[in-house]
Amino acid sequence: MNALYSLLFVFLLVLIPLFGVDAAHMRTFFGVCIPATAFIIFIVGFVYKVITWARSAVPFRIPTTGGQFRSFDPKLFPQNKLDCPQTGAQTFFRMVLEVFAFRSLFRNTAVSLHQGKDHPIVAYKSSKWLWLFAIVFHYSFFIIALRHLRLFLEPVPFFVNGLEFVDGLLQIGAPTMYLTDVGLVAGILLLMGRRLINPRINYISYVSDFFPLFLILSIALSGIYMRYYAKVDVIAIKELAMGLVTFNYVVPETIGVSFFIHVFLVSCLMAYFPFSKLMHFPGVFLSPTRNMPNDTRAKHHVNPWNDPNIKAHPYADYEKQFGVPMAEAGLPLDNPENGKAPEEKA
Amino acid sequence: MSDIPKADELFKSIDYNPPATGWMDTPVDFSPGHWCYPAKPEKMEYMESKLPGLWGPARQWNPGEADWKLPPNWKEIVVKGFRERLKKFRTLQVFMDICVRCGACADKCHFFIGSGDPKNMPVLRAELMRSVYRGEFTVAGKILGKLTGSRVMEEDVLKEWFIYFYQCTQCRRCSLYCPYGIDTAEMTMMARELMHLVGLNINWIMEPVANCNVTGNHLGIQPHAFKDIVDFMVDDIEEVTGKRVKAPLNEKGHEILFITPSGDVFADPGIYTFMGYLMLFDEIGLDYTMSTYASEGGNFGSFTNNEVMKKLNAKMYAEAERLGCKWILGGECGHMWRVVHQYMDTMTGDTQHAGMTTPRSPITGTVFETSAATKMLHITEFTADLMKHNKLKLDPSRNDHLRVTFHDSCNPARGMGLLEEPRYVIKHVCNNYFEMPDGTTREQTFCCAGGSGLNTDEIMEIRLRGGLPRGNALRYVQEKHGVNTMACICAIDRATLIPLADYWAPGVTIAGVHELVANALVMEGESERKMNLRQEYLPGYEDEEDDWTPPNMEDA
Repeated sequence: MNALYSLLFVFLLVLIPLFGVDAAHMRTFFGVCIPATAFIIFIVGFVYKVITWARSAVPFRIPTTGGQFRSFDPKLFPQNKLDCPQTGAQTFFRMVLEVFAFRSLFRNTAVSLHQGKDHPIVAYKSSKWLWLFAIVFHYSFFIIALRHLRLFLEPVPFFVNGLEFVDGLLQIGAPTMYLTDVGLVAGILLLMGRRLINPRINYISYVSDFFPLFLILSIALSGIYMRYYAKVDVIAIKELAMGLVTFNYVVPETIGVSFFIHVFLVSCLMAYFPFSKLMHFPGVFLSPTRNMPNDTRAKHHVNPWNDPNIKAHPYADYEKQFGVPMAEAGLPLDNPENGKAPEEKA
Repeated sequence: MSDIPKADELFKSIDYNPPATGWMDTPVDFSPGHWCYPAKPEKMEYMESKLPGLWGPARQWNPGEADWKLPPNWKEIVVKGFRERLKKFRTLQVFMDICVRCGACADKCHFFIGSGDPKNMPVLRAELMRSVYRGEFTVAGKILGKLTGSRVMEEDVLKEWFIYFYQCTQCRRCSLYCPYGIDTAEMTMMARELMHLVGLNINWIMEPVANCNVTGNHLGIQPHAFKDIVDFMVDDIEEVTGKRVKAPLNEKGHEILFITPSGDVFADPGIYTFMGYLMLFDEIGLDYTMSTYASEGGNFGSFTNNEVMKKLNAKMYAEAERLGCKWILGGECGHMWRVVHQYMDTMTGDTQHAGMTTPRSPITGTVFETSAATKMLHITEFTADLMKHNKLKLDPSRNDHLRVTFHDSCNPARGMGLLEEPRYVIKHVCNNYFEMPDGTTREQTFCCAGGSGLNTDEIMEIRLRGGLPRGNALRYVQEKHGVNTMACICAIDRATLIPLADYWAPGVTIAGVHELVANALVMEGESERKMNLRQEYLPGYEDEEDDWTPPNMEDA
């Protein structure tokens, strides 16, 4: 049901520019106003959210560790420097692997129950599917986003040309098919399929989980349609894009409606981003269980709201309460008076 | 325990397919056995007198009844407390926002593996809170409601929290697999703080908390009784070894203060571990004392709220100062060590007295820079260092009848990274050591299902279900290698793993690491060891039992 709602939403979103541009001729509105507004919402919302996070205190260092910590004898008990980092540099590398290689997902396992001969068996096996789908999806998306820089930069930076070359290396078809286009669509379909087919994952999926997948899929498909089928006027599109970044707006007449659909969907994604789970992108950098070294026994850290008024139950009170039996048991007392029974004191 | 199904039946009842109704529409089972008993009113009154404003009304109430006797403004209190904690803990704020519900955590929780209840998937456990966060604090959630999985705070939601956040042992296994490191233990801690504000609590946590504060230990053992127990253990050690060891209590002027969870003083088999400490320290002539005032290492405050965690922890430094000790040696305990490692210095470091120094073994001279800030050392680090320097005379063949495996306690494993030291110690004192299967040990270890204050019998079926992954791994090495002993370094483990092993892997005994050390330890001037610390005859000495008639045979 949630998937269906999402599909319907995205379908409605496609209709808006379709009618807006074709029937209502609002080319400047969809070519300039919407993308500019969406971009502002994206930047302001993104920054606002990250600042909200940053303003929350990190009172304690609570890294989740995976592997041996730095021991008193690093030779006898070698430290797992990546999963149990003790220094800033080690923590940095842990984060790099987390962000660029999705390391935690790589160790994913799947559990299954079996009836053994005379007793039950709980089995675990490595399950890297989610890791694979996620890697294919994210890297494709990332490279495609970088490739788009050629529309916004003049001259086109060398690395963007390099990326395009490598991405189109197989030289299938004309215009040359990009591997990442295939990767992105495949990645989304696999992630979506997982959400639909796996009953447990389906159970925890909301509209807000399917919607971004359908939205990105529609962006990818509209982009592919533009490039391979509609063969839109790229020179004109670059003119519009350069106009946007130089605040010198032009909307050339030669741009087809498929472009406006693509841009409108991207705008929706940008505007939706800061209010959604897509914020896991900046969030992964701020996760306190991952981005701190495991050095709390070795180094002092400060909790900004530590309450100095909270003190231990005073020993003096303890001795007053239990002094008599303590004295009888032969336990030493700070104040011998506490060891006297009330009648002795009197 | 009579109404608990047999292991096979329980196993067959596990179904990983979620129910047909959405999770927000699936009612929660409040029948007995699904919840822990609430705290006794007098315990809550005591805590209110010590740390006012954190506890809600002290009262008699029953989770099985419809009326939980909440304060009339409970909703405002919870929402306000929630908002405050979003500012005080970046963990909470970030973890509320960034979960993508990828489900990597779903089958990592021992309670889910053993129950199949989808609300025990860490992602959904956290959604119980996140849905309220979105509904109460985010614009999108307020406008779009259920489409974004949002809901407002209602009494049913709070009741659901009570059931499921007291069905999380804060073991953090899910956090290891989460691509963003989302730590359900943090969420559980926050949810419990909020529930405490409106008087939702459980006795198995609050009575220990109150006891720890007043008597120093969670069992409420008063100082003279504590001394009696220790004296008994000294007698038992003499019975086994022929040597009378020292057991200094509350003495001033010693170099080291030793603190262990009081479970080691009270319950079988923890007491054998405690006897192990005493024998080891006596043998190496350690200049140490224990304390009846700081007689609990386990911090039940960490199952409650930050304030109590700090208050109970502060005792350790206060006592080190009073007794003039230079550093603290800590016994085998799980949560105690997570608190010592991750919270202690930040919370109470300013109360450390100037005379404290970085721990240095007086026997080997090793300086433990890794604990330079807290001045507190884990006993397996200390003992491993002794073994490395050959300072102990050991006869591991005394443990030859034992086939041993090691259970990594969640907190030292995932909250600290203490993995190899205990193994090193065990391998020096046992000739037959076997690892449980990969995926169930070290950082991937499974919880005993009784941690975080859930070691209570009224939820025994839930505990046994949660114990399935650990029990099953144990059963595996029992069949494959004939393992008959599971060693651990946690006092809660020593209590909870016993029913767990009896149920899932009958015939396996639970032991502390230092119990095994003491059994292998050759003490200077000891008499021939015929018994282990449990006073069971060692192989080859069984005939010593011949002159003994079992009680039920006397009339025959």
